[in-house]
Amino acid sequence: MAEVSYTWPAKDKTSVLGKRHDRLDGLAKATGAAKYTYDINLKNQLIAKGLGCPHAHCRITTISADAAKKVPGVVHVEILRQAGAEIEWEGELLAVVAAESEGAAAEGVKAMRDALKYEALDVFVTEADLEAAKAAGRTTAGAGSTTLEKEAGDDEDEKEFEKKEIERLLKESAHVVEGFYGIDVITHCCLEPHGSTVEWQDGKLIAHHSTQNVSGTDDQFAQPLGITAGDVTVHCDHIGGGFGSKFQADYWSIAAARIAKETGRPVKLMLDRDQELKLGGSRPSGYIKVRLGADKDGIIKVWDSEHWGTSGASGGAVAQGVVPYVFTPKNLRRVVTNIKTNCAQQRAWRAPNHPQGCAITHVAIDDLAAKMGADSLEIFKKNLGTDDEPGVGGAKPSVYAAEMDIAAKLMDWKAKWHPHGKGPAKGSVVEGLGMAIHTWGGAGHNSTCRLKIYPDGSVETQCGSQDLGTGTRTVMAIVVAETLGLPVEHIKINIGSSKYPESGPSGGSTTVGGVSESHRRAALDALAKIRDLVAAKLEVNADDLVAAGGKIVSTKDAGKSVSWKEACSLIGLKPLEVEGKYVRGMTPTTMSSGGVGGVQMAHVAVDRETGVIKMKKFVAVQDMGLIVSPKQAESQIYGAVIMGIAFALFEQRICDPKTGVFVNAEMATYKLPRLGDIGEIVVELYEPESERSRGVIGLGEPPVISPGGAISNAVANALGVRVPILPLTPQRVLEALAKTPKA
Amino acid sequence: MKNFEYATPTTEAEVLELLADGGQAEILAGGTDLVGLMKKMVINPDRVVNVMEVPSFKTLEQLDGGVVAIGATVTLDVLLSHPYLDPYPAIRHAIGGIASAPLQCQGTLGGEVLQRPQCWFYRGGKGLLAAAGRDVEDGDNRFHAIFGNSGAAKFVSSSRIAPALIALGATARVVGPSPTDEQFLPVEALFRIPRHEGERENTLLPGQVVTHVILPPVDEATSATYEVRHGEGPDYPLASAAAAIRFEGGFIKDAKIVLGQVAPTPWISHEAADAIIGYSLNEETAEAAGKAAVASAQPLSMNGYKVQLAKTAVKRALLLAAGKETGGF
Amino acid sequence: MVHRTGTAEPASGFSRREFMRGSGAVAAATALASQSQAIAQQAKGTKVVSGEQTISLNVNGKAVQVKAEPRTTLLEVLRYQLDLTGAKPVSHDASSGAATILVDGKPASASVMLALAARGKKIETVESLAGDAVPKAFVTHDAEQCGFCTPGFVVAVRAFLNQKPKATEEEIRAGLNDNICRCGTYANVIQAALAVVKGGANG
Repeated sequence: MAEVSYTWPAKDKTSVLGKRHDRLDGLAKATGAAKYTYDINLKNQLIAKGLGCPHAHCRITTISADAAKKVPGVVHVEILRQAGAEIEWEGELLAVVAAESEGAAAEGVKAMRDALKYEALDVFVTEADLEAAKAAGRTTAGAGSTTLEKEAGDDEDEKEFEKKEIERLLKESAHVVEGFYGIDVITHCCLEPHGSTVEWQDGKLIAHHSTQNVSGTDDQFAQPLGITAGDVTVHCDHIGGGFGSKFQADYWSIAAARIAKETGRPVKLMLDRDQELKLGGSRPSGYIKVRLGADKDGIIKVWDSEHWGTSGASGGAVAQGVVPYVFTPKNLRRVVTNIKTNCAQQRAWRAPNHPQGCAITHVAIDDLAAKMGADSLEIFKKNLGTDDEPGVGGAKPSVYAAEMDIAAKLMDWKAKWHPHGKGPAKGSVVEGLGMAIHTWGGAGHNSTCRLKIYPDGSVETQCGSQDLGTGTRTVMAIVVAETLGLPVEHIKINIGSSKYPESGPSGGSTTVGGVSESHRRAALDALAKIRDLVAAKLEVNADDLVAAGGKIVSTKDAGKSVSWKEACSLIGLKPLEVEGKYVRGMTPTTMSSGGVGGVQMAHVAVDRETGVIKMKKFVAVQDMGLIVSPKQAESQIYGAVIMGIAFALFEQRICDPKTGVFVNAEMATYKLPRLGDIGEIVVELYEPESERSRGVIGLGEPPVISPGGAISNAVANALGVRVPILPLTPQRVLEALAKTPKA
Repeated sequence: MKNFEYATPTTEAEVLELLADGGQAEILAGGTDLVGLMKKMVINPDRVVNVMEVPSFKTLEQLDGGVVAIGATVTLDVLLSHPYLDPYPAIRHAIGGIASAPLQCQGTLGGEVLQRPQCWFYRGGKGLLAAAGRDVEDGDNRFHAIFGNSGAAKFVSSSRIAPALIALGATARVVGPSPTDEQFLPVEALFRIPRHEGERENTLLPGQVVTHVILPPVDEATSATYEVRHGEGPDYPLASAAAAIRFEGGFIKDAKIVLGQVAPTPWISHEAADAIIGYSLNEETAEAAGKAAVASAQPLSMNGYKVQLAKTAVKRALLLAAGKETGGF
Repeated sequence: MVHRTGTAEPASGFSRREFMRGSGAVAAATALASQSQAIAQQAKGTKVVSGEQTISLNVNGKAVQVKAEPRTTLLEVLRYQLDLTGAKPVSHDASSGAATILVDGKPASASVMLALAARGKKIETVESLAGDAVPKAFVTHDAEQCGFCTPGFVVAVRAFLNQKPKATEEEIRAGLNDNICRCGTYANVIQAALAVVKGGANG
């Protein structure tokens, strides 16, 4: 048996891995041929739409299907929430109306809404105001902890000691910053809304479902429908955005399945745009009051903060672990308050907690620099510590430091930087620079790849994974192609079905590590078998055979080789089939790991008369271990930065304080950046051998973390005034300027 | 969408006939506003009359004495590039601000001017006045009116071109309800502040239709529109101003300044015009006009910042009209 | 310095309130009235329709028969009856650009166009651009992630470059703001559009 080493080839020894490739499904997507869940239309299907609750907090008194049933074209109505039910957020679906057309379904929903009666209850949606939340009885104590270098004496009261010690440390600090910062709730706003097209065949459910969890959703359908997971096929070839919000079967899709069973017809239910924004997922808000003390050099000695926010109707705030973010001062007191609001509960949003943690704490570090009249980059750098005595978590200080140097060069930081508020103005326009840093885990999830090699030489894989647009298909093909010495086009990748071998949900940047492991393992194992067959034929040692350039060739004697096709003809009549399995932590592996660092810098221009901010330039330097597919990796970073520009400058969920209604839940009013809003973006992939040797690490989350902090800091540097809450809308910029007249 | 009757007349007379006998009828032009509102079931007409196939509504002519007559269904992209519009940069600026090729190519002049308010309470199905204005007063009114908001109506007029048309002294030809009814109204007379639910923000009677917008000869006036926009793209500005000015010997002889997105109608600021007539135009006088324009602003609980934006929009529209730097981006 | 002319009121006899409203309108009135009267004398009898109709549309160069109620949008017809699902339903209005198609060669949102209003027009969807340089450039420059906005963006770029075959980067940044991408492919779209310009594949 040929020896198998589960490792990656050295960087200078690869022919496919780490090279630039077009994404496999690129042309299908660009020409409209790619079929998303929304595009799956089944014969004789019904179109279903949900009736959303018009009030953010109410008790249903009358709900009836009668009016809807009278609408021509309406076929079936299912009431989800009966009279007496207390509804805690606007948009929550109360009923589903299935009809022959979109128009008829919408008309049916309207008829039901007109007949709906409810008793309005008290609404609370303004969680930025902690005192108001307390007064409304919407707060609960969250986590919270204190860490101090000094310990209380045996006879001292612990709390009293902590209080005194914090005050002493602050008093002894050369520089103290007191600040209030925040970041509002945003939504996932997937362009393809949540939903499914479902049909029953012989008592089994086929759910075309917009999901980032192909392998893990069958059981979620099965349980409420009283069938087994084996009776459910979840299918998703392409998904129009997920960002952490599409892991579930969702009650509306299960309702669609019930209606399909009841009516004997396929049913399509995709959320309306406003419902997508109201129900499809949101990211918790975070607000913080902080006191930070630093020594004369700007090294942070003490951090004392209270932060709060909401994750929706169940409460919950930003995790305390990201406060302060990345940096780990030795004296630390954190108080966390959870707030319940009349809004749908949060869903995981790309890098849960981290973007908020960065945006509400790296601003305080920048304010320290401002207060000292110091260069922000120097202050960030000083607080990194050393690899032996780190002042940060996540990646090593040396990684952040090296990335800072690269970023600074790409930004031309030294030449452009000026003290906060002291830059030249052109008309009413001032410019500024800001930065922030971030970390993320990104270790691979469990994944199994079934790989088949046919006697004619063709290669096919099956894996119950999904491609969110990250390029998962392309990554898989690159890994298999590299391993078998074939071109990428030679590999047929199959994903998107729960009937394929199980692979983890695509969340937390876990996919690339997981599927690289499973596909590399499957391909190496299959290759070992082929090497044995070829060794027997060529009468050489299998251990001396490698796959390269479409051949199986001896490393000892280049004259001894067979073509890939010929090698595969040795397989016999049946295809060679192997399963490559990766279970997190199963064996020490050098093929994947976790823990990355990144540095980002922003250059902005601000019009002081209008409060309008424009991106001039953005630099993102990112470590991700071994880079499988640099072209798609770069796209991930470009995209993350643009998503960051979105929450830094544009997007926010606006809930009406009086009614709790999410008033801007439409594309026209849920403001997102456009192509002309992004400025110049420079992406640098950081892959020194020290980091590459750690293997594949996920990339989806990390680069989306820093833009909020970096852009806020750049605006503060431009104006000399902190605009405390993200997004930095013209309104907020003008209000901050009005409060702090320029000296 | 509720189902409705549909007709595609080809003459003005047919349009009037179809509007007269069709229950609650809506006029469909490019559809960029109406179709969305019908999908959301905010507007539920019994009949939709598509006026895009009426040839006389599509004309764009230069008449005697430099008058330009624009058919109501001429699309915005045509106006953006047509030489007849060269003397009226304020209109070009406004159309350019609607930075979406589909909206410009499908959208028509008549439809743009008579589009329904963007107010999120109205579009969320709460009625145009949102509980006689109380829901706006106590609610999130950050994008609402800072002028003309003492009554129940607190939304802002959404048209981006109307302020420019008004500043330039444009007239609308309105026909109907009866086949012989024909009026020429100043464009500003198309707008009103509704007093009670059911009343619209335009003055057209059921059965009336705007067929043309007529621009007077420019007569050496310069003009500009300045919109304060949060970002790029077609999204509505936070505030805007259109200005038309005529100089004599280096001093401003006439001026008309109209603000957009700040009141339930396009908002004509006589105060701003008064502040600069007789002066030369520079940063200081433009600023003075801006200040005068907003002196009587009455912001609601959350939209005080719009006063600064309206002031800046007036100042920059004037500077732009005079060919000077605005000081912004 | 503020300069003031001699009088507080403008010397011109023109009242501000009548500013720029001269006799021109009267001339226009005469011209337009006579024009519309002439038209009014033409034959009447436009048909008012309701309920489902079978209509003919010209889609991607072919005449097709489809069924549509007055309320049916062109987007619904394309997606549900013609299996042309490239144009996407992202918003109920035209604010995202995801449903952008070409109508008589110009970009339009199928989302806000009624199917009945599309009769007699030349309709082209992204599917008709399968051999075009724009989708190829999107692939080469990886200007797509989840891809849900991509077909609309491809049509928008095609339409934009038809108008401006030699567009500069500045013009591209200013002229392609109708489409919303949530994944953030804009930087790549700019490169793709520039590549099409450089490749000279703009007809």
